[in-house]
Amino acid sequence: MSKISLRQLKHSYLKNPAGDEDWALKSLDIEWSDGGAYALLGPSGCGKTTLLNIISGLLVPSSGRIEFDDVDVTEIPPEQRNIAQVFQFPVVYDTMTVYDNLAFPLRNRGVSDRDIGPRVGEIARMLDLEGTLHDKAAGLTADAKQKISLGRGLIRAEVNAILFDEPLTVIDPHLKWVLRSKLKEIHRRVGSTMIYVTHDQTEAMTFADQVVVMHEGTVVQVGTPIELFEKPHHTFVGHFIGSPGMNVLPCDFGGGGPCFAGHPIAAAGAARPAAGYKRLEIGVRPEFVSFSDHGIPVEIEKVKDAGRYRIVDTRNGDVRIQLLVPEGMSVATGSAHIQFDPGHTQIYADGWIIGEAAL
Amino acid sequence: MTGKFTNQKAWFLVLPVVVLVAFNALIPLMTVVNYSFQESFGNNIFFWEGTKWFEEVLHSDRFAASLGRQIVFTSIILAIEIPFGVAIALSMPRKGPWVSVCLVLMALPLLIPWNVVGAMWNIFALPDIGLLGKTLNALGFDYDYTQQPISAWFTVILMDVWHWTSLVVLLSFAGLSSIPEAYYQAAKIDGASSWAVIRYIELPKMKRVLIIAFLLRFMDSFMIYTEPFVLTGGGPGNATTFLSIDLVKVALGQFDLGPAGAISLIYFLIILLTCWLFYTLAMKDEAQ
Repeated sequence: MSKISLRQLKHSYLKNPAGDEDWALKSLDIEWSDGGAYALLGPSGCGKTTLLNIISGLLVPSSGRIEFDDVDVTEIPPEQRNIAQVFQFPVVYDTMTVYDNLAFPLRNRGVSDRDIGPRVGEIARMLDLEGTLHDKAAGLTADAKQKISLGRGLIRAEVNAILFDEPLTVIDPHLKWVLRSKLKEIHRRVGSTMIYVTHDQTEAMTFADQVVVMHEGTVVQVGTPIELFEKPHHTFVGHFIGSPGMNVLPCDFGGGGPCFAGHPIAAAGAARPAAGYKRLEIGVRPEFVSFSDHGIPVEIEKVKDAGRYRIVDTRNGDVRIQLLVPEGMSVATGSAHIQFDPGHTQIYADGWIIGEAAL
Repeated sequence: MTGKFTNQKAWFLVLPVVVLVAFNALIPLMTVVNYSFQESFGNNIFFWEGTKWFEEVLHSDRFAASLGRQIVFTSIILAIEIPFGVAIALSMPRKGPWVSVCLVLMALPLLIPWNVVGAMWNIFALPDIGLLGKTLNALGFDYDYTQQPISAWFTVILMDVWHWTSLVVLLSFAGLSSIPEAYYQAAKIDGASSWAVIRYIELPKMKRVLIIAFLLRFMDSFMIYTEPFVLTGGGPGNATTFLSIDLVKVALGQFDLGPAGAISLIYFLIILLTCWLFYTLAMKDEAQ
């Protein structure tokens, strides 16, 4: 078990990366504390898997360092890092039994059979694999195979970290939930640092204490699910997390405060942006937009029923603004006025949050 | 009406296939079956002989000898070509420009017709003028495939390995290429040695293509005719007279259609049974 730190970590799959787009990872500095449950969340191609493979040692980064408990492990091969990794598609050794699969990492490290037995039994009990311990691994279901992959990681005592690369992709929906709670349970019991890569926000939010949101090779925000929801540090986080995503509206700074289409907007902690930005935007989640007697005039376009609430599409000029209306509340048609909750309205310069909220 | 709806007209749609199969497989095979139970003295006059030819063939020393040679030959080339092919496939590059170079080089021997291969090796191995034969003799080996049975066997086997190992290589390579990267990554994390990767990942994942490779090489080598016929003509003496060479001698040399028919059917059954047995045993684990 250890703390994992990434220092100015950069990686490119090309030999001579030139432009910004050649870098799969653009200078990351992250610290993962010992025993935490983290999720790496981002769309496909944002560099999540690259980062995971660098942590496990399958990839050596182009530059920068990775440290376990302040010891530089950048050049150390995966088998010496004491890391477990569970892949998107279950990896089992087909010709071996479940027992042999679990024992394999220990046998490779020269552990005696007498010590392996009890350890395999313990892990099998933890993962509910006891009943199939002497079956061929090849014939098992995808979720059992994924448990074996996980078990091969857990079998080594005191793994530094367990890495998951979208492990539930091939699992049936009703088993996803079961397996996810199993992971939480194991995290509590084993106490290892766990890093879970996914592009599914629900998976990330339910699994992790801290979610690391990645976008185009950079980390845009690290925070608890609540922080990501309430104070997205980047408009990308606002779009990517939450359904529907955050409203992002063009903003100008007239008369000392932020304005949208000539209407002053109250945004808590909004400061005058430093000069030199190209684009200024207001971000407010549909949850924090409501109808009112006065405020921004909009045309109501469409009302979608989403179960416990309804999503209302409105329009001011060319700008679409969505808001959520609780079940049972009537929605007017035609013209209306809306207002934003000042405590949950942020100002973004070139995509990044500004003002005291950024601190 | 709730019963099954039957429409016998569907048979007409199957007819072209039935006719095709009949003309290219069933009817020729039935002629052989026909011959194998009868005796002919020419003029298309046949006499029923029952199982006489079968009994004769099964008790004949000549058939036993050529069948024995055939089994030894096939066993040797399988024992060489399968491991050798797998070894080459394992040591080939998996990505980069060299993959295509290797694949093309590997495919070249497969593109050469059997009789050309025989003729090439016939000249290549000649002790007085051939590159191989001359070199071997210059190195001090007493090598003459036209006179010595051992040399002839050596040449026939070498020729087959040269011609057909590529097939095993290409099939194995296809099997290897389909192994997802995650298996190698997991093995690295599990601390597996490179031998363990071959033993527990690559060979098991290649199992299906290796079964195919084994069956193809078994069938082809068991029926081998052209290459040894062009190279040695079955000699010296009868040293390289394999089953099909012997069969042609009986059928077209001596024109003994009855015994030839019986040999053909026994030959056919041996191949069919061996393939079935091997396939059933090999796939036993997969069936669960």
